[in-house]
Amino acid sequence: MRYAMVIDTLKCVGCSDCVVACQTENDVPIGFCRDWITETVNGSYPNLDLELKSERCNHCDNAPCVRCCPTGASHITDGGIVLVTADECIGCGACIESCPYDARYQHPDGYVDKCTFCHHRLEKGQLPACVSVCPTKCMYFGDLDNPQSEVSQLLKNRKHKTLAPEAGTNPHVFYLI
Amino acid sequence: MTTSRRKFIKISALGLGAVAASTTAINMFGSNAYIDELVKQNVSKKFKRTATYCEVCFWKCAAWTYTNEDGEIKKIIGNENDPHCYGRLCPRGTGGVGMYTDEDRLKTPLIRTIVNGEDTFREASWDEALDLIASKFKGIKETYGAESVALIKHGAPGSHLEHLFKAFGSDTIAEPAYAQCRGPRETGFNLTFGTWVGSPEPTDIRDTKCLVLIGSHIGENMHNSQVQEMSDAIDNGATIITVDPRLSTAASKSQFWLAIKPATDIALMLSWMNVLIEEGIYDKEYINKYATGFEELKNHVSQFTPEWAYGITTIKPEVIRETARAMANAAPSVIIHPGRHVVWYGDDSQRARAMAILNALLGSWGRRGGFYFKEAAKVPNFPAPAYPEPKWGWKEIGEKYPLAQMGITTEVMKCALPDKDNKYPVKALMIAGTNITKSIPNKKLLEDAMDALDFMVVIDTMPMDVTGYADVVLPECTYLERYDDIRSATNREPSIAVRIPAVEPKYDSKPAWWMAKQIGERLGLGDYFNYDDFKEVIEWQLKEMGTSLEEMEKIGVKNYPRKSGSMYINEDETYTFPTDNGKIHLYSQELKNLGFDPLPNYTKHPEPPQGFYRLNYGRAPMHTFSRTVNNPNLNDLKKENDLWVNPKVARIIGLKTGQEVWLKNQDDIISSFSIKVRVTERVRWDSVYMVHGFGHENKKLSRANGKGINDTELISKVFTDPIMGGTGMRGNFVAILTENPHKNTEI
Repeated sequence: MRYAMVIDTLKCVGCSDCVVACQTENDVPIGFCRDWITETVNGSYPNLDLELKSERCNHCDNAPCVRCCPTGASHITDGGIVLVTADECIGCGACIESCPYDARYQHPDGYVDKCTFCHHRLEKGQLPACVSVCPTKCMYFGDLDNPQSEVSQLLKNRKHKTLAPEAGTNPHVFYLI
Repeated sequence: MTTSRRKFIKISALGLGAVAASTTAINMFGSNAYIDELVKQNVSKKFKRTATYCEVCFWKCAAWTYTNEDGEIKKIIGNENDPHCYGRLCPRGTGGVGMYTDEDRLKTPLIRTIVNGEDTFREASWDEALDLIASKFKGIKETYGAESVALIKHGAPGSHLEHLFKAFGSDTIAEPAYAQCRGPRETGFNLTFGTWVGSPEPTDIRDTKCLVLIGSHIGENMHNSQVQEMSDAIDNGATIITVDPRLSTAASKSQFWLAIKPATDIALMLSWMNVLIEEGIYDKEYINKYATGFEELKNHVSQFTPEWAYGITTIKPEVIRETARAMANAAPSVIIHPGRHVVWYGDDSQRARAMAILNALLGSWGRRGGFYFKEAAKVPNFPAPAYPEPKWGWKEIGEKYPLAQMGITTEVMKCALPDKDNKYPVKALMIAGTNITKSIPNKKLLEDAMDALDFMVVIDTMPMDVTGYADVVLPECTYLERYDDIRSATNREPSIAVRIPAVEPKYDSKPAWWMAKQIGERLGLGDYFNYDDFKEVIEWQLKEMGTSLEEMEKIGVKNYPRKSGSMYINEDETYTFPTDNGKIHLYSQELKNLGFDPLPNYTKHPEPPQGFYRLNYGRAPMHTFSRTVNNPNLNDLKKENDLWVNPKVARIIGLKTGQEVWLKNQDDIISSFSIKVRVTERVRWDSVYMVHGFGHENKKLSRANGKGINDTELISKVFTDPIMGGTGMRGNFVAILTENPHKNTEI
């Protein structure tokens, strides 16, 4: 079991529904977010490329946040999901500094918080909130260890990239391009 | 850290209970103590879901409101059987919970009063506010007639108040959705095909092979099912052609982005017609069978070659030909999208006509992947006496616009201005669910008109800017706290949805149906409101329709089989179009008879003078006009608009991204607030762009006040469509000010 998210940048319109859905699903306080939208423009008018995409914790195999956590609060659980155990977290912020994706934030209650791939929903057989709500259906989620899964098939058949590959983190959020 | 732990458990739990009872848990993780505990903590949590349909925009997606054991609304999720959303709400629908939680909501009725020589509001009881409204309406009816009490409305509250007004004897009713939005396209398509486009648009995007968007930015407007179907069309390899001076989101998804010079769209469309006809690649069989006026059209467009259009539109002739051929190759599964907010330059009905004619040439109306024949379920009217016949109303007020099919807000407002010769004096005004200083241009007209009124009432959930002009403000509860009309919209299959309150109204807010009934009873119109709770109306209607409220509470949405036959033209039969002769009117004798061009023509529109830029405006996916800007969840996504400026312009003026600037328009109107510059290649050098709906003046909107610029206040020049009265708003020009023009006037 190796969970992964695949996001089709050719379909994403950057509407931020994933951000609000995460906020209401996970009670992320107003002013913070576990996922967000980026926009990249290349070229000059009128020869332009625009890429919109939804970003979050990349649930890396080689996760710098887990390596640098002094208490073990940041850990990798089954399915390769990176989690933070709040009551073991001392809020030192080392993980925030180490993350090449800027995916973590200090929760007002004193611990560090970030995307969990909605593990509590997966437990119930549901997709992560962001994936389930996306109006363009540009987000896919599943098991990379299963070659027949939708995510495996998409990565097999479509051109794709990961973010900050130079960081050597082996991320598990992929972007179809 | 124990507190955080508890907090965290609570937080993580929220989604869990939602389907806890019904879903078979698939343990994807194996054993994990941490997650086991999360699950254990939450299996006992019970969530309740209540059927509703969204009111954050006009798409009205059906949804489920989830409340927890404490009766708090936790989230809103789309209804899977709903053809408006297919189970996926847009960010505004998902964030609709913020409309309920917003602490800046209107909380009690307010009555204008004077304290120490200054106008202010005081809190009032419902009885006092409603008595005052009824007595003012009665007084005006006695002196001038009921017609002199006008209603400007939008959305669900509007229909309850429209019933009140019609019962009272006034048909002086208008809404910005017509003359400030989609009116011209309804007129243009009606003249051609004999039917309105309507909402949701019957565009068969999911099966299209070619989607043509002309200034329509699906993806930035989150017209939900269309966004979803456009995404499907991308998956299916459909060709998307976007005509827009700005690289919109849709333009970035298109095989062809035609970066057109603003205000020249009709020239482009005439040249497309020219190519389709000259190259003989239009749908000849369809045109022969279904259209009249082809010879006139052919003669008319023979002069409008791509080379002619190049000089006007800046689109290269080979691109015009290539895109016309792409459409023809896909025909009839091609959509020239009618757009939605189409009041641009005053010749908008003619531009809509050009779109309709192109659709006809491509044979797309009534064809799979083009436009389907829509159908709605008929909701019977709850028994009530017939309405009295008013002496005059919206029709007479708009009589100089012969093809106006609904009330024109600006014409209604003009009737409030002091004028002895005015045959249609408007003396009192009720505004419900629309913030007119942002939804209607020409602020001076609006302010002069509101100033001249004897009495004005505003109904809203939020202290929008327009409430500041009212004599009485009534706090409406949000859609999550009330019953409303059954939603029955036109779709591929008839579909209905219900809105049921998930919680009691917060504060002292009330539903609009209740206000209408209360005012009606005070006006002696109790017979029109023969129920204690609007629930009874829905119950009766649903029963008549062969279902029940109990059933609808469980399913939220009910889809019926079609009764009107096929969604598309049956190729073995001859379809009769709902026009006078049963055919598509390429050439419009009706327009000719009224003294207008029977075939569309390109008219040159004014261009910005030196130092000025055309003010273009549009949508952001997380906001619905001005109404959502203070919503805590949606404000979190976008707090203010920014001014898109081309890097060339930024270099000339010396602007940087993030810099604060002010705008001055061609009539020396200066923006109330500043806006931050965003230097981007996505916009042309002759125009600037901003998202509509920001720059709120009311300090009671704690998050929205003073943030960004209200584009509408800079739209003082209006180009009125002589055919139907639409107010063209894309011909205003602004200069960019780097020094604060309010420096000396600020306190």
